[in-house]
Amino acid sequence: MSDPVMTSSETPPIPQKVTGLRRAALAEFWHYFAMNKGAVIGLFVFAALVLTAIFAPLIAPHPFDMQYRDALLVPPVWQDGGRAAFLLGTDAVGRDILSRLIHGARYSLFIGFFVVIIALVSGVILGVLAGYFRGWVDALIMRIMDIILAFPSLLLALVLVAILGPGLFNAMLAIALVLQPHFARLVRAAVMAEKSREYVTSAKLAGASHIRLMLVTILPNCLGPLIVQATLSFSNAILEAAALGFLGMGAQPPTPEWGTMLATAREFITRAPWVVTFPGLAILITVLAINLIGDGMRDALDPKLKRS
Amino acid sequence: MSEIVLETRNVTRDYHAGGGLFSKAKTIRALKGIDLTLEKGKTLAIVGESGCGKSTLARILTLIDAPTSGELLIDGQKVDIAKDGLTRDMRQKVQIIFQNPYGSLNPRQKIGDVLGEPLLLNTKLSANERRDRAMQMLVKVGLGPEHYNRYPHMLSGGQRQRIAIARALMLNPSLLVLDEPVSALDLSVQAQILNLLKDLQDEFNLTYVFISHDLSVVKYFADDVMVMYFGEVVEYGSRETVFANPQHSYTKTLFAATPNASVDAIKARLARKRAAA
Amino acid sequence: MALLTIKNLTVSFDTSTGPFMAVKGIDLAIEKREVLAIVGESGSGKSVAMLAVMGLLPNTATVTADVMEFEGINLLTQTPSQRREIIGRDIAMIFQEPIASLNPCFSVGFQLMETLRQHTSLSASERETRAVELLTLVGIPDPKARLNAYPHQMSGGQCQRVMIAIAISCNPKLLIADEPTTALDVTIQKQILDLLMRLQAEHGMGLIMITHDMGVVAETADRVIVQYKGQKMEEADVLTLFENPASNYTRALLSALPENAVGDRLPTVADFMAKQNAEAMQ
Repeated sequence: MSDPVMTSSETPPIPQKVTGLRRAALAEFWHYFAMNKGAVIGLFVFAALVLTAIFAPLIAPHPFDMQYRDALLVPPVWQDGGRAAFLLGTDAVGRDILSRLIHGARYSLFIGFFVVIIALVSGVILGVLAGYFRGWVDALIMRIMDIILAFPSLLLALVLVAILGPGLFNAMLAIALVLQPHFARLVRAAVMAEKSREYVTSAKLAGASHIRLMLVTILPNCLGPLIVQATLSFSNAILEAAALGFLGMGAQPPTPEWGTMLATAREFITRAPWVVTFPGLAILITVLAINLIGDGMRDALDPKLKRS
Repeated sequence: MSEIVLETRNVTRDYHAGGGLFSKAKTIRALKGIDLTLEKGKTLAIVGESGCGKSTLARILTLIDAPTSGELLIDGQKVDIAKDGLTRDMRQKVQIIFQNPYGSLNPRQKIGDVLGEPLLLNTKLSANERRDRAMQMLVKVGLGPEHYNRYPHMLSGGQRQRIAIARALMLNPSLLVLDEPVSALDLSVQAQILNLLKDLQDEFNLTYVFISHDLSVVKYFADDVMVMYFGEVVEYGSRETVFANPQHSYTKTLFAATPNASVDAIKARLARKRAAA
Repeated sequence: MALLTIKNLTVSFDTSTGPFMAVKGIDLAIEKREVLAIVGESGSGKSVAMLAVMGLLPNTATVTADVMEFEGINLLTQTPSQRREIIGRDIAMIFQEPIASLNPCFSVGFQLMETLRQHTSLSASERETRAVELLTLVGIPDPKARLNAYPHQMSGGQCQRVMIAIAISCNPKLLIADEPTTALDVTIQKQILDLLMRLQAEHGMGLIMITHDMGVVAETADRVIVQYKGQKMEEADVLTLFENPASNYTRALLSALPENAVGDRLPTVADFMAKQNAEAMQ
């Protein structure tokens, strides 16, 4: 804690010390994050996925909607009848599965980011209002959240899409709405805990308005658990979008979205198992990687789990 | 006679507890009629155990909470935040410094912003002027401009308490409420902070309300002493009279309980121990 | 023979910025029936050293020592289960936050009897009698009814009394008190210190008081160790320490006490050390 003897004598140069300390904070985060080996692996897989999505047109061996009429349901290259041109085989209308998966990464990541941002922003606004004002504002907002949480999430999303009409954008809105109460609850709890801290009283005495207290003083101190929740919601969003796509309510064919690919390949599941296997694996690996990252972040950001 | 900065007349504060489905609401009177007057440039120490109402009084004096009844006058002006709300003018006159320097600074706010915030919200100074004022204040409290860009977690407890003091002084308040400002600090740092508070008091002619449970600090620091016990003032007078001739039995108990670090006291204790063995 | 002997104890913690030495080679010995105070400011490693003896440090800590003996038993070579035999029975410890040290889910009596069950062979009814006896001993009014009370129904001072009752339940030979009165009011502090001194004298325990408060040292200790940044600055009997401190750090600490203030300013440790350095330079 304090350093009685040094306080008067220590006057180190300023700028590089500050950046150095910020780097130290980052180093500390990495130290705790890296203790979780799974999280590091997850991070590498996710980084590879992001790169794949960004450079999809360059990496993909074929255009994702090109139909090779002479190559319907070609098996992967290591099976009998496989061709080197189609590493993971082709689907029923002769499209290269690998190319479609690579392009599909773009959709999945876009869905993840978009859903998390909408859910985060709306959840944070509602949560901060509820936690800060309490009383009837709190009761109203949180009861609505409870109602949303009372439905099975996929069912509610399905109903919403049925009302709004199928399509990727509507599906994303529906998923965001379903995920949003988790953020609202988390933020509300954090705001309630922070609001009674002395620095908030100090800011109030300095004359800070309600808006300033909520957004500038309190909210930045609630970010730790939010980051973790956002990471985990990211994988949830991908999963639910795939589920909606599989049920025909999400992205519509010929979009190379992984869930939609699964849906269209359903009838070939016994004849050509690779058509179903690879999109399924892609979803599994992505979601697993992101969840592992979320675990690692929780270890690094939650002071209660820190050792020593 | 110099001017009176702070005056309270029969201030009370009630808390309502219970009032659930099966129990009747109970009213707990945390303050039972507090009268005090404090001259400019003086220090009033409020002493008492936890739960005696001293923190409740601090919140009323700092205009965070309104009293249930009674009058509060600051610089001779009557203040009633329950009725009139809190004017910007009034808010600038009273500031508070909390006990725990780890909780009273926003962990995500740089020191420069901590100090600039009161100016930003209450004055029309430009960003450069705010910066200059904050820098000057940092030097005044014994830190340096190099601390301007740091975050609270990079500072020690004593340094943070200096920042809290600097922030309280940014708006030139006439009254400073110090809520156990040194009890969370190490002995050596405590001495530094007490010295700083004395220097600042001399320089700006500040008036302090000093809340503490440590009598040795109070004896060193205060001009007037008020002892509270269960929401009541049981002893109120100048430091000399209270310490030389305590009237109330609680004050006497308090004095007797305070550890004595003098050599004579140690000799007496060791002699007692030898006699018992 | 000394009750507890420690030679050259070091404790270092693994942190993200590399190892941090909290205790740097401390020697310590306490005799039977002795009250030893370890004084230091936060960061001086005074608690860490004692937690190392108790084996209560997290596994990021590395503890080394040339000697760590309790009544001739080498604590360093013991297995964790052997050490648990000693800790709680022969060495007991109480902490700063009395309310947090008790489990809020269980009644005071249950927690007291649980310790007895672990370390003694008393029957259930004997344990209850002993628990009532212990609560009476530490000055809790109406002890029989209080057995069923939960920690939140008691004040901080009463919780500390219960903690002391648990600590002395198996007649320990050594009691380590880590800032036992820091969280309490002055009047309660006085009562708890009096209680500790009385029990120490009656039971003939060794008592190690860890504190930052010179007043507490003056009121309790026979012998004092002053620690600063993980190192021992001075070791002396209490009267010598206050009358004629040998180390400059101790002198600085004592002069920073408000009751020793001369004139209008308090001499601070920093001033003192600065003057010291200036003299050394010349």
